[in-house]
Amino acid sequence: MQQLDQIFVTLKAWALGHVPEPLQVPASIVMSIAPIMLVFPGIFALTTVAERKLLGRIQNRLGPNRVGPFGFLQWAADGLKTITKEDVVPRNADKVVHFLAPVVLLVSALLAYSVIPFGRNMYAIDIDAGILFFFAVGAGTELAVFMAGWSSRNKYALLGAMRAIAQMISYELPLLLAALAVVMATGSLNPNDMVAAQEGGRGWGAIVPNWFVFTPWGFVGCILFLIAAAAESNRSPFDLPEAESEIIAGYFVEYSGMKFATFFLAEYLGLFVISSMCVVLFLGGWHAPFPFFWCDWIPSWAWFLSKLACIVLLYIWMRGTLPRLRIDQLMNFAWKFMLPMALINLVVVAVWKYTRPWDYFGAELVRWLLCVGLLALPYLLLGRNLLSNRKWGPRTYRYAS
Amino acid sequence: MDAPFLIAAVLTLLSAIAAISLRNVVHCALCLTLTFLGLATLYLQLGAQFVGLTQIVVNVGAVAIVIVFAILLTRSSDNPGESRFNKGAIWAGLICAAVFATLVVAINTSYVSMKSGAPAPPLTVEKIGHELMGRYVLPLEAIALLLTAALIGAVIIAMKESNEKGGGQ
Repeated sequence: MQQLDQIFVTLKAWALGHVPEPLQVPASIVMSIAPIMLVFPGIFALTTVAERKLLGRIQNRLGPNRVGPFGFLQWAADGLKTITKEDVVPRNADKVVHFLAPVVLLVSALLAYSVIPFGRNMYAIDIDAGILFFFAVGAGTELAVFMAGWSSRNKYALLGAMRAIAQMISYELPLLLAALAVVMATGSLNPNDMVAAQEGGRGWGAIVPNWFVFTPWGFVGCILFLIAAAAESNRSPFDLPEAESEIIAGYFVEYSGMKFATFFLAEYLGLFVISSMCVVLFLGGWHAPFPFFWCDWIPSWAWFLSKLACIVLLYIWMRGTLPRLRIDQLMNFAWKFMLPMALINLVVVAVWKYTRPWDYFGAELVRWLLCVGLLALPYLLLGRNLLSNRKWGPRTYRYAS
Repeated sequence: MDAPFLIAAVLTLLSAIAAISLRNVVHCALCLTLTFLGLATLYLQLGAQFVGLTQIVVNVGAVAIVIVFAILLTRSSDNPGESRFNKGAIWAGLICAAVFATLVVAINTSYVSMKSGAPAPPLTVEKIGHELMGRYVLPLEAIALLLTAALIGAVIIAMKESNEKGGGQ
């Protein structure tokens, strides 16, 4: 089973052996990048079909079912359509910035993949400050969204860009703070160290994996991270920047053909990479969930991809279930609930870390109760505060009554 | 003078020149972002991972966004009619030259440039954290206090302007 687990690593080493000496470094770089550039757009193609099928089921309709078996070749038809479509650029648009915006978005989404460990010994670069690198390249997405919205010379595009930037800045803080909890617990900024820290299990027969999601602070951090990630990648219910019913499609309203497809691709790649980061931070990375012997038969990268698929399916489910938020609800939720919870979570990590040496009968239970209490009480108070500030009233329609 | 350094240096210089000479304010802001990125690349090449990546997070992720937001909220992005040089250009040039000369002299005579070519030990992020929380904790807390004061000040200014309508949003 070792061979199957390391098949891609061995394959790369074997291929590198056939490359002449002076070309080894560039060849190694290409061989690390190419799989990322091939696999994740492929997953994107499959996800578009899966998402449409699933949303169809949720909304009691069939979804795409004409191209290929059960409609599962729909992505090919869609891809061909966007490639052959005319590329319309508004006459007043800022041509250069308009062209560059989708490129910047795609590049920053792809760069973030380089620090994710997809399996045992499977990562593109291993740098000391990997998490910092991940969030640093993520900064490019905000700029790209602004570039798209501003250069289109369209009021809907500009409105969408303003909404997107406000939302991304607001949710970046809880996202960072939720990730910081894991940094505090492991004492490292390197994703590989974080995965290594989540190896093994505890409890009777080591049945509960050592993943951070199974600790009080990890559970809260994971949920905060998932919510903030949905907002960062403009997923429903946080899809205000591209709300079709209010501002048509927000910042990419003036994009068509391949440029639109590039936006679409970059958005999904951003969703995948931030979900991958969630897997690395809280869900044990590429570690198998159980200590059973058959779990070792399944290679580490397969475990990673299946965890990633679960999170992506969760996002699709959320999209089919939840209605879109209003902008004031969105901002209130970020600043009055998510941010305080993330800060309190950091305190709980410190408590959790410094109560580890406790070694008397029932210490583990006391530790758990203390941490859960420290999190549950603020949760109740903050939630009550957020709900009591809600001013319900009859809805007034200004134009469409 | 290897190729990556040359690329980063040329990129930084060209985008900096573009940032001060272009007519459209938003283009200037975007070029400035490119300058920040080039600087971050130079830091990374020197082995200063933490400084380089923090440069990107802070300057590209926050400062650049705040600049474009300010442009959008305060004025239209139409081209200004006046010349890009005003009367103070000569004085500004002289001051710039003086500052540059001072920096060159200071760097050339500092002990960093005197040091022999022994490579510096690799500086991990963990080490920086220990230093910040240990030896430099007082300056760090002072900066934190200053930033908090600035934040509270900004909120108070915003509250006065909105006059209980927006309520500090």
